[in-house]
Amino acid sequence: MENQFFVDSEYLSPAALEKKHRLERDPASRTDPMAYLPGMERIDSDISSQVIAQMDAYDPAAYTPRDVRAALEREVCSPEDFKALLSPAAEPFLEQMAQRAREETGKHFGNTVYLFTPLYIANYCENYCVYCGFNCYNHIRRMKLDLDQIQREMQVIAQSGMEEILLLTGESRAMSDVAYIGEACKLARQYFRMVGLEIYPVNTDEYRYLHQCGADYVTVFQETYDVKKYETLHLMGHKRVWPYRFDAQERALMAGMRGVAFSALLGLSDFRKDALASALHVYYLQRKYPHAEMSLSCPRLRPIINNDKVSPLDVGERQLCQILCAYRIFLPYVGITVSSRESAAFRNGIVKIAATKISAGVSTGVGDHESKYTGKAGAEPQGDEQFEISDARSLEAMYRDMAGEGLQPVLNDYLYV
Amino acid sequence: MENSDKFTLGDRLFDSRFILGSGKYSLALIQAAVQYAGAQIVTLAVRRTNTQEKENILDYIPQGVTLLPNTSGARDAQEAVRIARLARELGCGDFVKIEIMRDSKYLLPDNAETIRATEILAGEGFVVLPYMYPDLNVARDLARAGAAAVMPLAAPIGSNKGLSTRDFIQILIDEIDLPIIVDAGIGRPSQACEAMEMGCAAVMANTALATAGDLPRMASAFRKAIEAGREAYLAKPGRVLTRGASASDPLTGFLRD
Repeated sequence: MENQFFVDSEYLSPAALEKKHRLERDPASRTDPMAYLPGMERIDSDISSQVIAQMDAYDPAAYTPRDVRAALEREVCSPEDFKALLSPAAEPFLEQMAQRAREETGKHFGNTVYLFTPLYIANYCENYCVYCGFNCYNHIRRMKLDLDQIQREMQVIAQSGMEEILLLTGESRAMSDVAYIGEACKLARQYFRMVGLEIYPVNTDEYRYLHQCGADYVTVFQETYDVKKYETLHLMGHKRVWPYRFDAQERALMAGMRGVAFSALLGLSDFRKDALASALHVYYLQRKYPHAEMSLSCPRLRPIINNDKVSPLDVGERQLCQILCAYRIFLPYVGITVSSRESAAFRNGIVKIAATKISAGVSTGVGDHESKYTGKAGAEPQGDEQFEISDARSLEAMYRDMAGEGLQPVLNDYLYV
Repeated sequence: MENSDKFTLGDRLFDSRFILGSGKYSLALIQAAVQYAGAQIVTLAVRRTNTQEKENILDYIPQGVTLLPNTSGARDAQEAVRIARLARELGCGDFVKIEIMRDSKYLLPDNAETIRATEILAGEGFVVLPYMYPDLNVARDLARAGAAAVMPLAAPIGSNKGLSTRDFIQILIDEIDLPIIVDAGIGRPSQACEAMEMGCAAVMANTALATAGDLPRMASAFRKAIEAGREAYLAKPGRVLTRGASASDPLTGFLRD
C-alpha cells in the first residue's frame, strides 16, 4: 500500500470507481509525472536540478550536535548550516534556535504581523490528489461563484476591515478559466489594497494578464519535492506534471509579479527533505530574481471532508517549530505565513519567533462568508471546504490577540506602482 | 540656553539631529522617538499609510513633527517618482526620502536609479533626501541633481553593525557641501555619537530602538549620544587637521627662513 489516504465514495459510478482503483493500484496506468502536457510552457531554468541535487544528497542523520552548534554560532547561515538546523541533531537546540530566529525576525520585520484572508471562489478540480478535499473523486458540494456572488463575498470581507486578500480556486481550467480569475482580480482591486493568487499554475502570458488584472503575488505549493512520492499522491490531472508546477513561481516573476510564495505540504514525504527543498527553491530563485519578494508557508496535512485519515503524520508542533526557526535563520528576509490549519495557541507563539503573516476570518469553503461573518444562514448554496481549519478567529479577534501579544498588527504594507 | 546650532534641511530649521527611520514601525516606537529621543523628523513608508486601518500611522505622528515620506518598495526611478507624488497628494508635504531597492535580501540602494529620481523630484520642487551607498562620485551627482542632503548607509539595514563604511562616509563629509545624514546600520548610541563626531549632520535610526529591551530608555540614550557627538565635533579646532599628517614636532622645524 503506497499510502493510507484512499477513500471510495458511494456516489461514484462503477466505471469511475474502476478507473480510480486502477490509478491507485497500478503505477503503469498513470502518466509520466515529468512529461509536460500540451499547452504547458517550458522555460529555460536550472533551478529545479539544483534543488533536487541538494535534496537527494541530504542525509539528515549525518549531522551532529557539533554541526548544529557551529551553525548557530555563524553569522550568516549557509545551506550546509541550514541542513544541520533541520536535522534530528538540532532537536535538543530548539530553544536556542527560537532565540536566534526571534532576533532575525526582529531585525528584518520588527514586531509587525501582517493579517490577510483567503477567498475561495470555486472548488471544482480536475486532479486526483489523494489527500485533498477538492479532489475530483471526492463527493462534495461543488460551487463556482459568479461575479455578483464574488462581489458580495468581497464586500462582506472588506467590511470587516481586511485589506489583503488571497484568491483561490480548485484546479480546474475548464470550470474556472484564466479570464474568470482575471475578472475576480479586477473586482478584488476595488475592495482590497493587495491581491494575491493561489490557483493552478499557468503560463507566463497568463500570469502577465492576471498581473494586469490586479494580482501581484502568486502562491504555488509544490506539495512534495520528492518526485517519486509526488507521483503516488497526484494520480491524475495537470497537477501530476511536477516540473511545470515547480517552475510556476519563476514564470510568475518573468510575467512581472512582485512576489511569490512557496511551500511543501509537510507530512506527505520526508518533511526534512521537503523543508530543505522548499527553502532552497526560494534561495536559488532569489539569487536569480533579487528584486522579488519571497515568502514561505508551512502547511501540515489536515483532515478533509469524507476522510479523517488525513493527518499531520510525523510532523508534530515541535518539528514544525524547528522547521520554521531554521527557515528564519537561513532566510531572514523572507515572509513566513502560518495558516489556520494550525491552532490559535501555536500561531500566537510562532508569530513571536518566526512567522510574519497569518490569516484571519478564514473559510476554506465557497460562498459562505456572509453566513460565517454575520451568523445569518446563507440563502445561497455553498461549496464544501478544502480542509478543516483549526483557528477560526475573526479579523477583530485576531487583531486584538496580536496586539495583546505585544505585536503590531498590520493590514496593509503595499502600494501598487 | 537657546540652541544656536540648528540643523537646516530644505527651508526648515531643526533642533534635533535624530531622525526616526521607518523600517520597524510601531506606534510605541514613534512615541518613544519623539518624546525621549527628541525626534522632530519621522520617516514613514508611503505604502504603510495606504490603509484604512483604525490605527493609521499618520494619526500617531504628533503635531509639529516633520514627516519624511520614503519611497520604499520602489524598484526603479519611475516607481520612486510615482510614490513621491502620491505622498504629496496625501498631504505628507514636500520632503521625500528616496529609497530604491532592486534587492529584497539586503535592501541595498540602487545608486544609478536614485540619481535619476533625485533629478526629477528636485525639479518638481521636492526637498529630496536620497538614501545611497557611499560613493563620492554618486554623491556629487546627487548634489548636482538637486538633493537637499545625502544619506549614505553605515552598514546593511537592520544589522545594527555601526559604521562599516566609516572611511567613505568621512570622504563625503569632507567633500560634499550638503548635510550628510547617516542612514541604516547604526545600532548603538556610541556609533551614533561617532558619526556625529565625524561631522555628520544627523543620524537616522530605527532597528536600534525597535529591538531594544527598554525603548524609551534607548531613545533617551540616543538623544544624549547625538548631542555629545555634535558638541565634540563643534569643539574641534578644525576637522581637516585632525586627520592625515600633522606632526606636533615637525621635521622641518629647524629651518630658519
